Amino acid sequence: MTTLFKFHGGVHPPTHKAESTRTPIARMPMPAKLVIPFHQHVGNIAKPLVQAGDHVLKGQLIGLPEDGISSAIHASTSGTITEIGMQVVAHASGLPDLCATLVPDGKDEWITRSGMDFRESKNADVRQVLRLAGVVGLGGAVFPSDLKLRPGKHKVNTLILNGAECEPYITCDDMLMRERADEIIKGAEIMRWALEADEILVGIEDNKPEAIAAMRLAAQASSDNISIVAVPTLYPGGGAKQLIRVLTGIEVAAGVRSTDKGVQCFNVATAQTIYRAVRFGEPLVSRIVTVTGNVSNAQNLEVLIGTPVSDVVAYAGVLPDTDSYIMGGPMMGLPLPAASVSIVKAANCIIASSPKLFPPAPPAMPCIRCTRCAEVCPAELQPQDLYWFAKAREFGKAQEFSLFDCIECGACSYVCPSHIPLVQYYRFAKSEIWARETEKTAADAARVRFEFREQRIEREKQEKAEKLAAREKAAAEAKLAAAKIASAPAATPVSAPVDETQAKIQAAIEHARQQAAAIKPKNTEQLTPQQQAEIADIEARRARIHELASTEAESPKE
Amino acid sequence: MLSALLVMSGIAILLGAVLGFAAIKFRVEGNPLVDKIDAILPQTQCGQCSYPGCKPYATAIAAGEADINRCPPGGEEGIQKLADLLGVEFKPFGADTNAPKPKSVALIDENTCIGCTLCIQACPVDAIVGAAKQMHTIITAECTGCELCVAPCPVDCISMVVIEEKITNWKWKYPIYALTPAQ
Repeated sequence: MTTLFKFHGGVHPPTHKAESTRTPIARMPMPAKLVIPFHQHVGNIAKPLVQAGDHVLKGQLIGLPEDGISSAIHASTSGTITEIGMQVVAHASGLPDLCATLVPDGKDEWITRSGMDFRESKNADVRQVLRLAGVVGLGGAVFPSDLKLRPGKHKVNTLILNGAECEPYITCDDMLMRERADEIIKGAEIMRWALEADEILVGIEDNKPEAIAAMRLAAQASSDNISIVAVPTLYPGGGAKQLIRVLTGIEVAAGVRSTDKGVQCFNVATAQTIYRAVRFGEPLVSRIVTVTGNVSNAQNLEVLIGTPVSDVVAYAGVLPDTDSYIMGGPMMGLPLPAASVSIVKAANCIIASSPKLFPPAPPAMPCIRCTRCAEVCPAELQPQDLYWFAKAREFGKAQEFSLFDCIECGACSYVCPSHIPLVQYYRFAKSEIWARETEKTAADAARVRFEFREQRIEREKQEKAEKLAAREKAAAEAKLAAAKIASAPAATPVSAPVDETQAKIQAAIEHARQQAAAIKPKNTEQLTPQQQAEIADIEARRARIHELASTEAESPKE
Repeated sequence: MLSALLVMSGIAILLGAVLGFAAIKFRVEGNPLVDKIDAILPQTQCGQCSYPGCKPYATAIAAGEADINRCPPGGEEGIQKLADLLGVEFKPFGADTNAPKPKSVALIDENTCIGCTLCIQACPVDAIVGAAKQMHTIITAECTGCELCVAPCPVDCISMVVIEEKITNWKWKYPIYALTPAQ
């Protein structure tokens, strides 16, 4: 049995997972309208490839990944694109973003799909397939998976599959592991092959015995070195750094990538999607979403990307006293700006919230420096100090205290006896620091451009002055030379080269003349004496004219 | 007596030589304070401080000729940073300085532009592209929002557009929560 390690801190919030695991994964019926955002991943927004009025098929590429970190976007079903425009999306800001509105035609007609045998292909080809299939991390980070499978400088020894699912309420990975364990294992084989890793560790929290059993069964069929490891249930044990720590004992320090330590970590749902994309050529057009909270039928649904949240919760029987919705879990989840926003690739769970289920937090009281937050912090930070600095807008100090190592898990806020919304302060500080850094880069660029312009203007001025000086100098010299020539009477005659060319011209003229003389006029043999006399007369006149012309031409020369 | 004098003068000559060498070897070009002040200034190069650019203003501050509250684009935060750097008191904006405005970029109405190149000459960061009798346009990514191109335009085709909040530049807000009376 593998030895397990511990990470610092952690909390035990009530899990509420039983509610949504009573029924198998159901397929959500086709909604009347899909709103597919073009930016569902980390990195650059995908470039729209379709226009309003276009008919698309299920799985058709509608958003092309823009260079660098980006991923593709697909039509989730067949139908007509009615609009490409700005719509409110699942983002904390509640601001609109570019989306395609798709009205399904009900046929759910796929594009022609073709799978590939990854073992016969090149790593780069498999990664390109994943990029164009829009495969991103489905644990919530939505980082393009193809980039994580690129062989790096360091050899990856261990591939970790994250099935911990530590957040309360969420059960989508649990149900996926129970029902589609073989697909997850096959996806893991593709990832292990791409990374050339030695072993696969699957970490699953021990509150999911059915999932562990199903995964063990599926792993037995595989030829790869796969171990299914039950890890203790402790929030946030599903954080990548925390799970790596628990499974391998490796501490991934700040600013270091896990691959530098020989470990790469993926979510189990990502593995399943990778399998579908590579084996069957199916792009990511749907995902498993846990619908729970204030609903009558809490369950897991396979939902098309772009389905409005209101449709999903209505299908699960949302109760009338629901006042808001959370995307994700109650610890790290995102309060949705409206029920009209659509399910995106990051949406692992929708919790219908009511004042009864999540009573409003009591008013925040001053920090009493009890350091309970520091005791539970899985990143071993000093949350009370970070709070202090963020509140006072001392961002430099906050950075010194490793603000950016905070994973925003919310364990500190959970235990805070003063009910301070600590994570909100950290998010505020982080985004202020990012904004300042962007401004600083822009200012530096502006400084460089300004200084270059100054320099250029100065250089142009100097060049102009130099040109002017040179021209004046040339003019003065010319004047001086002219004066000299005027003063010197014995000017040199025509120079030698001129003489030479003249001689050449003369020679050419002479040659032409001789040639002309050599040619005898034709048809003059059988002429009558009268004709001959006429010709002689003409010739004589011509000769006289020539004589006259030559004397006239010579006369002005003299 | 003589040896003591020799030793003392020897030390003096040696130290003098070391100091003289150090003065040449570790000579600082320019005033490092100017660069530190310049790093705080927002580099809009707008001239609202009455100096022809951020660097000249920084030089004037370093020389003690200018106040620290003359830069509207830097905002009050900029004044605070300058005050911290120079060890002086914070000073609110004076009555003669413009009020800070939200960050904006210039926009040329390309239908109206006559291609006179006056704005190109005015732009301190070369953020306008165009040629004589050809339409001009702003490179938005390089525009600092200094407004220097607005005044020279003979056909008033340049307007300042406030940068709107989008998902890409959105920031988390400072946590403010309503106080409710105890129940």
